Amino acid sequence: MRKEIILCGVGGQGTILASRLIASAAMNRDLPILTAETIGMAQRGGSVFSHIRIGEGAGSPLIPKGKADLIIGFEPGEAVRQLPFLKPDGTIVVNKRPVMPVSASLGQSAYNPQAMLDYLRQNVRHVILVDGDKATAALGSSKVLNVVLLGAALESGALGFSEEDLQKVLQERVPERFLELNRKALSWMRNR
Amino acid sequence: MHKEFLMGNEAIAMGALAAGVQLVAGYPGTPSTEVLETIARRNPGNVYVEWSVNEKAGLEVAAGAAYTGARALVTMKQVGLNVASDPLMSLEYIGVKGGLVVLVADDPGPISSQTEQDTRTFAMFSKVPLFDPCSVQEAYEMIQEAFDFSEKYGTPVFFRATTRIDHGYEGILIKDPQEYIRHEAQGFIKDSSRWVIFPRLSVRNHALIEKRNDELSDTLSEYPGNRILFETGAGCQKGIATHGINFMYTTDSLEGRNARILKIATPFPFPEKLALSFLEGLDEVLCIEELDPVIERALTFVCGKYGLKVKIRGKLTGDIPPAGENTPELVDRAVTGLLGPAAGRASAPETLPEPPALPVRPPVLCAGCPHRASFLAVKEAMKGKKTIYCGDIGCYTLGNAAPLDMCDTCLCMGAGIGIAQGVGHIEPDTSCFAFVGDSTFFASGITGTINAFYNQANMTLVVLDNSTTAMTGHQPHPGTGRTVMGQVVEKVSIEKVLLAIGLKVVETVDPLDFQAAVETTKRVAAQPGVKAIIFRSPCISVIRPEGKSHVDEKKCIGCKKCIKSLGCPALTLDSDGKKARIDDSLCTGCTLCEQICPADAISGGRKNGLAAGKEEA
Repeated sequence: MRKEIILCGVGGQGTILASRLIASAAMNRDLPILTAETIGMAQRGGSVFSHIRIGEGAGSPLIPKGKADLIIGFEPGEAVRQLPFLKPDGTIVVNKRPVMPVSASLGQSAYNPQAMLDYLRQNVRHVILVDGDKATAALGSSKVLNVVLLGAALESGALGFSEEDLQKVLQERVPERFLELNRKALSWMRNR
Repeated sequence: MHKEFLMGNEAIAMGALAAGVQLVAGYPGTPSTEVLETIARRNPGNVYVEWSVNEKAGLEVAAGAAYTGARALVTMKQVGLNVASDPLMSLEYIGVKGGLVVLVADDPGPISSQTEQDTRTFAMFSKVPLFDPCSVQEAYEMIQEAFDFSEKYGTPVFFRATTRIDHGYEGILIKDPQEYIRHEAQGFIKDSSRWVIFPRLSVRNHALIEKRNDELSDTLSEYPGNRILFETGAGCQKGIATHGINFMYTTDSLEGRNARILKIATPFPFPEKLALSFLEGLDEVLCIEELDPVIERALTFVCGKYGLKVKIRGKLTGDIPPAGENTPELVDRAVTGLLGPAAGRASAPETLPEPPALPVRPPVLCAGCPHRASFLAVKEAMKGKKTIYCGDIGCYTLGNAAPLDMCDTCLCMGAGIGIAQGVGHIEPDTSCFAFVGDSTFFASGITGTINAFYNQANMTLVVLDNSTTAMTGHQPHPGTGRTVMGQVVEKVSIEKVLLAIGLKVVETVDPLDFQAAVETTKRVAAQPGVKAIIFRSPCISVIRPEGKSHVDEKKCIGCKKCIKSLGCPALTLDSDGKKARIDDSLCTGCTLCEQICPADAISGGRKNGLAAGKEEA
């Protein structure tokens, strides 16, 4: 298997943990794995990304533009920002809920989230929209947005892993008291 | 051996443990911090680990350990090396007995630093050999070799990686604890002719160091980290010389294109013999480097020395940008410029139409950050007065952003205190403020404060004490009463330090009590000489909120004062754009918006901070 995956969002949304879960799934299957992510000052409310490269043949942890199989966008504008990395027939899974930047609240910059979603639909063949607000409200925790989005990627078939792979990773990595919540989050897209 | 998915910095730490390191010291700094944290977390029990007060202290502690024959590691970011450069320059003349590795994380971009300095250039200047790995796996192995090398040649060595290695992850093979080298230190043996630096020793050792480094150039030509790959035959006319992560970008981009590749892991001492075999028969070499053109200069020198007619290209010829981080795309363009496009690749990639305006997200102070309250209090207290707000290095540098706009200068760790003095000496009518964080105060703020007090400066020192080293991920420091090894120790009191220097006015206040903070600032800033305010309130990630603030829509008059004066990420407008709204997932209950709301429309926030005005015992 060879997969190039990008997770993107705003600092604090849980992209790093989601990237760890995918990496663990790759390690469990003994696949070569490289990742890179944003750490440091940019995490304070800035745009963040994780690049994940699975399988033989990759050297650097950064995915070149136009090579990603899958982008999981935790936020509409951030998904558009990373779109140049997607390969022509790639898949985008995107949370519809925007995170408004301080600069937009202050009126210093414009941000129209609906225009971002429209742009994605016009320019990407495989777009999967996730109602992250609805999902986290139904599940009762805003912390599991990342696992809901992973579940959506799983459903799309573009993730390259099976539900069993991810269930195993949750079992290994999530504390017992949050396990059931995360399991429900993983299957939310399928069961909604 | 077993396989683990590790961050580059974690791999470096595990490699140091496998090499039998006995003492590790350092000061936090992105992208280096996780090395020391991992050593502390994975400590097999026999390693002494400390967060030192700054990099100079850390290097000196590590040098002492290496004098006894122990293996020691000191960790820092590239600008931290400037702080540690005084002991390092001399230590190279003295040498070491146990292996001493100076780990420096360079930050091309820069992503979270003040400068784009290149430690490879520093290696040349200080004459200290340097290792520069190209992947997480190589970093794990190379740091073990670096310890052996340091011990064998009796010199400290640099181990330098850049952000994409430090913060890259890879599933790699590492040793089990029972495979770690066990190292016994012989102990310090008195010998003043060896350990005491005097001019006579310096001139003697200087000559020996130059001779050794010449010899090491030959030794390192055989070192497997330095190597020639792919087209090694006589027919090949084009070459690429590269290093670190750029080696990976280069090999990723080749896609069957033929070139001779020179990978350099030890740019200093430069492996000249290896470079000569690389250059043999080539017409043209492209040097793909980040930061300084170190390899490019070395190859140009080799061509001049041996009269070779090989065209050396890179940063000095404008083929590679002089500044900034390289990307896979940039490297691919450079490779294509040298070798032409890869066979079978579409000549023009599919282009997307111009997207709508993307959200602008510069980093901002977190929702509920006590620094926001401190800045707002000083801004309010000094309204209408001529002021300068000298900032410093830490999360609070973000106080420069609108709407706070409370950081007029920022230079390096602790510099704000000196700059405030200098401005004050020339502009006596300006109220000069220096903002410094608690960790930065201990690292390099105390000498500046003594300088101010002794030299009769007129300034207000503002210590933003959030009880942690927040920017780099919450490391303990002398004011926290904890060490990285988990000991509970006596806290160093910032108040007592300032009073001991001689300051007469030192007031502590909780910045989240807005009125008290404003009044304290007015009172203190009106005093003559050097005076200090300590704004004490823990970082939001240290204390959990007990209640979050909510906007009462009926009471909100839509004046947007909360949004426009605070710039808090939790505060936005509702979907009609009429009234303020608080994002429940971000609010930390700091209540600052409640205190400044003119309509009394916000309530519910509660936070159990440290009691203001009282010092913890």
